[in-house]
Amino acid sequence: MMDGGDYCKYVSKTAPRTSELKTLLAAFCVGGVICMIGQGFTDLYTYLLPDAEESMLGALTSMTMIFIGALLTGFGIYDKIGSIAGAGSIVPITGFANSIASPAMEFRKEGIIFGLMAKMFVIAGPVIVTGVVSSVIVGIIYRIIAIV
Amino acid sequence: MRKGKHTYAPEEGIYIINTSSIAGPNEGRGRFSSYYDMVLEDYDWNCKTHEKTEIKMHKFAIEQVIEKSALGRSDVDCIVGGDLLNQLVASTFAAREFEIPCLGVYSACASFGEALAISSFLIGRGNMNNVVCCTGSHFGAVERQFRYPLELGTQPAPSSQYTVTAAGSALLSAKRKENVPIISACTVGKIVDYHICDANNMGAAMAPAAADTIITHLQDIGRGEDYYDYIFTGDLGKYGRETLYYLCKKQGYDLAGCLNDCGALIYNDEQKDMQGGSGAGCLAVVFASYIYKEMCAGNMKKVLLVPTGALLSKGSSLQGESIPGIAHAVALEMRE
Amino acid sequence: MEWWEYLIKYGKVFLVGGAVCLIGQILINRTKMTSARILVTFLLLGVVLEAVGVFHYIKEWGGAGITVPITGFGSSLAQGAINGSKISLFHAVTFGLASVSGGLTAAIVFGFLVALIFKSKPKKL
Repeated sequence: MMDGGDYCKYVSKTAPRTSELKTLLAAFCVGGVICMIGQGFTDLYTYLLPDAEESMLGALTSMTMIFIGALLTGFGIYDKIGSIAGAGSIVPITGFANSIASPAMEFRKEGIIFGLMAKMFVIAGPVIVTGVVSSVIVGIIYRIIAIV
Repeated sequence: MRKGKHTYAPEEGIYIINTSSIAGPNEGRGRFSSYYDMVLEDYDWNCKTHEKTEIKMHKFAIEQVIEKSALGRSDVDCIVGGDLLNQLVASTFAAREFEIPCLGVYSACASFGEALAISSFLIGRGNMNNVVCCTGSHFGAVERQFRYPLELGTQPAPSSQYTVTAAGSALLSAKRKENVPIISACTVGKIVDYHICDANNMGAAMAPAAADTIITHLQDIGRGEDYYDYIFTGDLGKYGRETLYYLCKKQGYDLAGCLNDCGALIYNDEQKDMQGGSGAGCLAVVFASYIYKEMCAGNMKKVLLVPTGALLSKGSSLQGESIPGIAHAVALEMRE
Repeated sequence: MEWWEYLIKYGKVFLVGGAVCLIGQILINRTKMTSARILVTFLLLGVVLEAVGVFHYIKEWGGAGITVPITGFGSSLAQGAINGSKISLFHAVTFGLASVSGGLTAAIVFGFLVALIFKSKPKKL
């Protein structure tokens, strides 16, 4: 019989592959459209709140997109989009909302505290940890530069 | 009686006197829709959680197979059950109401084969008379344990399979019955690891184990590859089936005429199931419906069931372990 | 703004946003990365782009195309830290999280509410 190494080579050569063109195109289009929707909300908030700071407009847009992502997750639509779009719906902030809302929904059955709340961050947790740690590193480096 | 290395042929007849099958909505639209005893309309079946639904499905399958056989619960000596959930919570919880002794088995998706083999050992030499084998799986319950939350927007890998929602049971008996298949030999498989680490390509991880078990079985029992009308593997999927064919061919066994895979067959061509179905319920439900009914009708005479399992947990793959495979072979024959 | 100016602006957003997601899809296809890894990678990309001062230029050209993807989240974190670093070390380490508190609050609260109301279901095959 073949040994493990030969077999792994055989499998990696013959295993069914993702159709590259189709997935790339889907990711590009869906990702682009989600960003255009985001731009639409930014422009809307700029029009409604002409005096607001830019950072507040950005935060409002993020919050709106997160709301939409969470709601579509609730209705069971986001995972259908995701199965076609792949990274096109993972990378936008709506995908971040999906990664928080979906485990929360899934583990709701184990109770609100030990299920919903405890498992909410099983996927998004690493994102928040990375974000906070890296921002602290950036902050410290910039502070050192500022002092020197 | 022991034959060869790992094969045991029961001396007395062990009759599969009845089976019962229950399938979920997606399987109900699949290729064997007309063979199932019951098809669920939704995934909940009036239960609050998918685990509870799976328990109810196991209970249904066990209850129905006893009822169909016109036996009382006290006539059944043992339930041998298995599923994919941690600590076998589906099959053992289902058995708690029956007041029948219970054994839990786990060989991942090959559990049905292990259950059949153990049951035939239990019945052999007059230890027990009637034993119920039951295994099943539920997509929702398995997905949250091994993969991701259902609503997470991920793309299914092209080599992945879809866990079936189904349960199948069989009642094995020492008592003679006409026109039902008997178990003529069991080969207990060994764990085979070819160091496949991709949890999305279970077919490739399990195919070497299936090849090993099939070849061991044929050698032990001194039969050629054309002895069986059909060899049904459990849930290798379309790609895994091709890989198994390739591996056996390399060993000088050409299975082109008889090799079939329950996972590759369970859904119809329109369903977007990637490589096919998988799960402990996959071979169980196809056997309990299609294969058993076709055998009883005389359309299949000699069948080799080779349920296959990929052994992994969420933790083991994160710790960098590879995915070993296991397969058991159970030979079924119609005696004239 | 004229209608064609809007068209160009949104076209740019589409191109930049699409390109970011395209890179993500290449990573998924080639490396079998899972969604948590993809999110972490792009968040770090955002932090780095902001820290070295490149993010600003992409945003100028592509608008929401770079801020709506999780890179925007990373950039806000880094930007907060950089702004804080001008005041004191304390502000340098705390302003990062403060600058994304809106998004984070929204994600937690909406995630919580959605999970209370809806139930997850397997899909039709």
